[in-house]
Amino acid sequence: MFKSLIKSQQRQEAFSGYLFMFPTLLILGVFLVLPILFSIFLATHRVQILGEVSYRFVGLRNLTRSTADPRVGIALRNTLEYVLIVVPVQTILALALALILDLKIRGKSWFRVIFFMPTVTSAAVLTLIFMWIYNSNGLLNNLLEKVGLPTYNWLGDPNVALKSIMIMNIWSTAPFFMVIYLAALQDIPTYLYEAAKLDGANEMDRLWNITLPLLKPVTFFIVVMGIIGTFQLFDQSYIFSGGSGGPNNATLTFVLLIYQYAFKNLDIGYAAALALVLALIIMLVTAIQRRLFKDEKAN
Amino acid sequence: MKRSHFLQPLFYSILIAYAIITLFPFAWALSASFKPLAEIVEGGMHLIPQHFTWENYQHIFTASPLFGRWLFNSVLVAVFITSFNLLFNSMAGYALARIHFPGNNLIFALILAVLMVPGQITLIPTFLILKSLGWLNTYQGLIVPSVVNATFIFMMRQFFINFPKELEEAAALDGLNRWQTFWQIVLPLAKPALAAQAIFVFMGAWNNFLMPLMILSDPAMFTLPLGLNTFKGQYISYWNYIMAASMVFTLPALAIYAFFNRYFIHSVTFTGGK
Repeated sequence: MFKSLIKSQQRQEAFSGYLFMFPTLLILGVFLVLPILFSIFLATHRVQILGEVSYRFVGLRNLTRSTADPRVGIALRNTLEYVLIVVPVQTILALALALILDLKIRGKSWFRVIFFMPTVTSAAVLTLIFMWIYNSNGLLNNLLEKVGLPTYNWLGDPNVALKSIMIMNIWSTAPFFMVIYLAALQDIPTYLYEAAKLDGANEMDRLWNITLPLLKPVTFFIVVMGIIGTFQLFDQSYIFSGGSGGPNNATLTFVLLIYQYAFKNLDIGYAAALALVLALIIMLVTAIQRRLFKDEKAN
Repeated sequence: MKRSHFLQPLFYSILIAYAIITLFPFAWALSASFKPLAEIVEGGMHLIPQHFTWENYQHIFTASPLFGRWLFNSVLVAVFITSFNLLFNSMAGYALARIHFPGNNLIFALILAVLMVPGQITLIPTFLILKSLGWLNTYQGLIVPSVVNATFIFMMRQFFINFPKELEEAAALDGLNRWQTFWQIVLPLAKPALAAQAIFVFMGAWNNFLMPLMILSDPAMFTLPLGLNTFKGQYISYWNYIMAASMVFTLPALAIYAFFNRYFIHSVTFTGGK
């Protein structure tokens, strides 16, 4: 009898477990697991979406098609250029600001509140504000002119347009990573610094030999997050170019290209294949990064 | 520490300069929203409007009848998504941390795996699934796919694992079942974690652009980010209206952020640090 009591209790426990998990399992199943499997199916099919939806198996043809597509090359190049410039700059800026804010600074919490503002503001609004500031006779050019620096056609010049978005993105994302660095800095035990001081290490030595090495795991996290975020650039370039990726494809990013193929050209299978490629690139870069950071740790 | 004293003025100037760089675009946009178009076009650099006017705000609500609707849609969608997330993520996090059931570990592993999959993969299939459900251009289409979030399930699980067990055991002795314990004991004590989660989820939903862009084509169903984008197309050089609309969109988010700032920063460190 005692045994059956325990059994029924266990069953009750299991039942409430599933009950608690039910909404999550349902939603993640339908809108996450199913889409992941579905996307592999789509990527290998030609999809007719107007009228009756129909699928025709085409194997890897979508993938081979992408290698011959000049717009894929352009989008990939823009996206890579964007990642390679934005990620290092925003990481170093975040680190520098965090190191300064970690010192005995008055009004620390005010600076944090102010710096964090762009993070909570939508990309749509930030992009509009910046487009207006970038306007050829707008605020930025006015300021540059006043101090005697060259002005640019920030929105219309294909050589500059992507850089305009980079500046905006670094400005709005660096503070988020700064907060993460700040948290990590607080976790470094003070006795390490005290011991180093006794050994005669100056402030620079301590920064190089204690602070930066101990920040490595967080830096890894921040670089990975930065890469994932920048690879997925969409809102800014969509709004900036009115969805076209212009001027002259200068702001055409990979996600924008996927969006265009899927929802403008209704070329769903091809767009799904491109999305799959992007996801694989992101996962690959993350994996390589993890490897690199581990190797450094071993040395 | 003496050295940092010596460099202190430099550090303060860097921080103040950066604060100005951060604040200026907001201040500039806010001021433009109270300027008549003529003053903006003229290109003067006055931060304080010389001819202060409310006309821009009146205009966007009256001349563009859909603007109020977009605001309503955004509030509705963000509030529903936030409430469901708080409930469902907490339930799942609690079950994963505390309830023993077969498959518990497997589900947890699945949620961790899901965290690593880039969102673009699910974009197009989700669109097709919503289409076949007949949920394009609907509130449920915007809300339902976002009512749970793997990141916050993970966060809630970590939170509940460190939760004192004794309270729940006492509740069980008092004859409360799991569900009652969860509502009456566990959730009220999880308020800080819920607050942090609420802010993040709300901001995410409030600012989301790609998902609404994908599934909404009826302007009456637009949320503010989308509305704002078409607004820009309509009023291409009416920066006074565009800035007023941007401020209506931004101020609620900034107010919530300022109010909950403490939780906000805390939760960044929570999700980021380790």
